[in-house]
Amino acid sequence: MAQEGAPKLSVRGLWKVFGHESTGGIVPDEIANKSKEDMREDDGAVLALKDVSFDVNEGETFVVMGLSGSGKSTLVRTLVRLIEPSYGQIIVDGDDILQYSEKELVDFRRRKTSMVFQHFGLLPHRSVLENAAWGLEVQNIPKAKRLQIARETLDLVGLSGWEDYRPGALSGGMQQRVGLARAIAADADILLMDEPFSGLDPLIRRDMQGELIRLQEHLHKTLIFITHDLAEALKLGTHIAIMRDGVVIQIGTGEEILEAPADDYVAEFVQDVRRTTVVTVRTIMDQPDLKLRQSTTPAVAMREMGQAGVVSAFVCDEEDHYLGMVSFNGAAEAKQRGDATIADAITVDEYPTLPADTSVESALPVVLEHHNEGALAVTDEEGVLVGTLLPSSVVGAMAQEAQDATDHREASAASLEASHADDQEEADGDGDSEAVDPREGMEVS
Amino acid sequence: MKGSLSDSTKRVMDIKNRKWLIAGGVVGLFLLASKLLQAVELTLPRVPLADGVDVAIEWATINLAPFFDGIKLVVIKLLVAITAFFDWVPWIVWVVAVGGAAFRWLGIRTAVFFLAGLLTIVSVGLWDHAMSTIALVSTSMVLILVTGIPIGIMASRNDRFESALRPVLDAMQTMPSFVYLIPVIFLLGSGKVPAVLATMIYATPPAIRLTNLALRQVSPEIKEAARSFGATPFQMLFKVELPLAVATIMAGVNQSLMMAISMVVIASLIGAGGLGNDVLFAMSRVRVGDGFEAGLAILVLAIVVDRSTQALGQRASKETRTE
Repeated sequence: MAQEGAPKLSVRGLWKVFGHESTGGIVPDEIANKSKEDMREDDGAVLALKDVSFDVNEGETFVVMGLSGSGKSTLVRTLVRLIEPSYGQIIVDGDDILQYSEKELVDFRRRKTSMVFQHFGLLPHRSVLENAAWGLEVQNIPKAKRLQIARETLDLVGLSGWEDYRPGALSGGMQQRVGLARAIAADADILLMDEPFSGLDPLIRRDMQGELIRLQEHLHKTLIFITHDLAEALKLGTHIAIMRDGVVIQIGTGEEILEAPADDYVAEFVQDVRRTTVVTVRTIMDQPDLKLRQSTTPAVAMREMGQAGVVSAFVCDEEDHYLGMVSFNGAAEAKQRGDATIADAITVDEYPTLPADTSVESALPVVLEHHNEGALAVTDEEGVLVGTLLPSSVVGAMAQEAQDATDHREASAASLEASHADDQEEADGDGDSEAVDPREGMEVS
Repeated sequence: MKGSLSDSTKRVMDIKNRKWLIAGGVVGLFLLASKLLQAVELTLPRVPLADGVDVAIEWATINLAPFFDGIKLVVIKLLVAITAFFDWVPWIVWVVAVGGAAFRWLGIRTAVFFLAGLLTIVSVGLWDHAMSTIALVSTSMVLILVTGIPIGIMASRNDRFESALRPVLDAMQTMPSFVYLIPVIFLLGSGKVPAVLATMIYATPPAIRLTNLALRQVSPEIKEAARSFGATPFQMLFKVELPLAVATIMAGVNQSLMMAISMVVIASLIGAGGLGNDVLFAMSRVRVGDGFEAGLAILVLAIVVDRSTQALGQRASKETRTE
């Protein structure tokens, strides 16, 4: 079984060459060194995945992003061997699934993975309820039990009342909720989602993205999500892999990709996204000038503030948890009262804190409201003080963004249209994804 | 301007002339060759095809007798049971049941037409023969379904099997029936069993073809999704593919049924009995009126059966419509 801390799913040196036999194992050198064009000319083989490797941790959302033809849909199908990969390893919970027999593979698909498809793939001759129960039906779970679970899951995705309809009677967004319910009801650890929202119109797509985030908050599945839409990738992904021509060209968090695009191709994508909607406060915050412990004596506090040249300082407990602020005057009063520490001089109310993963754009109103108080405290999930945010940093980042946007607007529009016109058209049938304001992607939770 | 116009016209004329010249040349050559070779006697050595077939059938008659006896026994058992059922139900029950079902599912006009047709058969005294024909057609259909649909399923799974099967199906449908009636008599004797087999040879291909087609047309996206949840090939076939293919398969069954009914007269040449016999009888005695009655009875049966199975197929396709 899987070791503690090992990734849930790990892909190693995965190749798919259409027209080659699937052997698994390490790719032979003569193939690894062959170019895509040579393969096509020599034996009509088509290279779809080239040496793909990545790790997906339990409970994270791993997004694979690329335009059509980048191999992302082939990749997700190889993960359950709907398409047999040619070479490489796919290790799930410590097992290489490419070594599985037909029977083990069926069992793996039933227990470990379930999939959501762009075109839903619902059974038109069955009711919504029976469709949601499909994964349980193939596992031969008794009818009463599987329908019960399916009913609960449909309720979870907001489809109660629609159980007895045929999928054909439902709108696209609702059909995809059935697809989602079918995947969730099967109770597998890993959810594979192949462009599940790409066929939906922009408003419905945004709803569904929110729905997925909400569901994931209490399901904690391991999600592998395929998309051609960078805004969607940034909104949903813990880690993002960008693919092009069957090769993974960059893997990282959304911020890492925005801050340091691996090459021009990634950079072109990134230009389109407003960085302030994605870049978090953590990236632009400063180290606090002065951090005091609550056990500090008023006299020491006054001396340190004097040396640092500040009129107030952040106060933390012994584990660095943020408690509030102490002003120079407050410390002076405490000294006059004869307090042993500055604990009673801490003021909390008028100094709000910002979570470190707040986006810069969301931080702006808070910073503006409190600009008279100077720097704001930035804390992590445990309430530990990790930095300080000056209003000028926020405004600076926004201004930089505006400048970049002006610089790139024409260039990016021209180059993106020129280089991806065909792909975009195909991948993005409604042509509306650019119209979605990326800000919607970054509501602060 | 004018000059260029006439130039291009000329060029078009040239191309046309050239084509005519070539066509004329080819026809001329053809006629010349025929004229020259008129006097010459050209012969090819005879390929002993007919002898070969005769020998093969003779060999099979002697050596495969137990095999054909087995087939005969199975078909007879089935035929006897089905015939007994159709004889046992009185005509009035059939007429009311068919009329009632037609009224329920096909509407009042079809029901009236069915009633009028069936009552006419009864009144001209052909009911018993009609039931004998229906029993024969039903027996053939049972055998066509249990052989044709599995063969169609296999063909949909295997491209090589499908391409090997295609010329066989073509031959079964286009070879004139009289050609295989003779060997069938050799192998099975005359009577109802060879009539059933002859009907099968002629009427099975549509069931196979449309089963194959129907399964190949099932949406690959739906199949992929169903498979991704861990469906076994068996589950895929019975829970996904066949239910989604049933409308098209029903169209094939309907075609097979129509072809089986159209074999009635020819099959009666080798002892099928029933309405086909009445037609043959009228023909051999030049009794136009009797022939018309028997023909009309076959027509009524065909229409009743066709409308009923089509309605079944339409219900199935409504069930599985994707959008």
